[in-house]
Amino acid sequence: MNDLNRIPQINPHYRFQFEKAQNCYVLLYPEGMVKLNPSAGEILSRVDGQQSVGEIIAALQAQFPDAPGLADDVLAFMSDAESKNWLK
Amino acid sequence: MMLPDVPESAGPPLWLLAELTYRCPLQCPYCSNPLDLQKDATELSTADWIRVFGQAREMGAAQLGFSGGEPLVRRDLTELIRAGRELGYYSNLITSGIGLTERKIAAFREAGLDHIQVSFQASDEELNNWIAGSEKAFAQKLAMAREVKAQNYPMVLNFVTHRHNIDQIDKIIELCIELKADFVELATCKHYGWAWENRDQLLPSRAQMERAEAVTNRYREQLAAAGNPMKLIFVTPDYYESYPVACMSGLGRVFLTITPDGTALPCHSARILPLNFPNVKDHSIESIWQHAEAFNHFRGNDWMQEPCASCERKDEDRGGCRCQAFMMTGDMHVTDPLCVKSPHHGQIIEAQQRAAEPAGPVEKPLLFRNMKNAARFTGKP
Repeated sequence: MNDLNRIPQINPHYRFQFEKAQNCYVLLYPEGMVKLNPSAGEILSRVDGQQSVGEIIAALQAQFPDAPGLADDVLAFMSDAESKNWLK
Repeated sequence: MMLPDVPESAGPPLWLLAELTYRCPLQCPYCSNPLDLQKDATELSTADWIRVFGQAREMGAAQLGFSGGEPLVRRDLTELIRAGRELGYYSNLITSGIGLTERKIAAFREAGLDHIQVSFQASDEELNNWIAGSEKAFAQKLAMAREVKAQNYPMVLNFVTHRHNIDQIDKIIELCIELKADFVELATCKHYGWAWENRDQLLPSRAQMERAEAVTNRYREQLAAAGNPMKLIFVTPDYYESYPVACMSGLGRVFLTITPDGTALPCHSARILPLNFPNVKDHSIESIWQHAEAFNHFRGNDWMQEPCASCERKDEDRGGCRCQAFMMTGDMHVTDPLCVKSPHHGQIIEAQQRAAEPAGPVEKPLLFRNMKNAARFTGKP
């Protein structure tokens, strides 16, 4: 998913939400839960089926202007998330 | 009154299993429900269940399982699903498929159900229906599995394997591919409850188990090569492991089961243990999880005896299954006899030897799980 114009979507078989008890974003799936680290949570919270990868990167860069190599990190995460079937 | 504090090892009850009813149209002889399932026939009300869901969610429960018996028997199931969704649970319907219809599948979706797990007994009609004790079961299961996928749910297909069906594991996996399952559970039955009564009739031989695992691994490679995301979950029969695993990831750590009458258990089999299990009609989930003796009893290591107490594996396997220890030895604190270090391990070796007989164990009919047979156990401790 290295195309910046592509619009990612969370696989509808997963539910993405913030869990207060875990103090983190999670992905819930049949009988299981993935706890996401803060950066993964920030990225996925912007995956809404409307914004492109490029727009998500721009929004994150605006929010975290001091983060080095952010675009590469987002692209790497997107590719990983896709291979895990979290995105489609 | 001073209540003991919850030990540090106890996180929130992440998994809430709601056994809505023990009523079930099928008669599978490995059912994990208790043998004396008629003893507490009074089921919790809709309001009781919704209160329990809210209290557990407040503590951090994220997964909600609707189980049984057959949960479809409950007329308020749609209402319960809706309540679970509103509270933010990921909800799982664990069903035999009997009683399911296209309309119900759609209504559950609308109410917020996330996932449906359909159980099968075999990959062919004759064997499936014999094990299930129902002439119509297989055709109905096939139709409903197709409908679940047609309505875009993630679907788990669950096959409990045993010596009568484990040799057809290739056909089972082929059927799952055809039905487009997302996850397939190939789990040898654990020998509690009804499966304990039928153990010698169910336990596969080591050769059967090894062949099944090899076939499963071959299909995993084929699926990966074909880009099919279906996941095969093969659960090795614990009788052929050298060491036990921590049951329920450690009792009182992750899982909370509520039985149809409201009894709170740290594992769905635990009711057989000589502990005083609290009821949600008398106590809140928080009070039960943090303070009930039945939940604190097996937290920490103080309860362990030798060889567990000085074993390097104790934090990993937690001494194995407490129900198995109790069933086989009468003492719920001893090492799980599955462990090669257990002085009671000979019982496991004997069961393996009987399972290895070419003709199988001495012929004895399977004891099917139904109310008539349950009556034989009701009233027994």
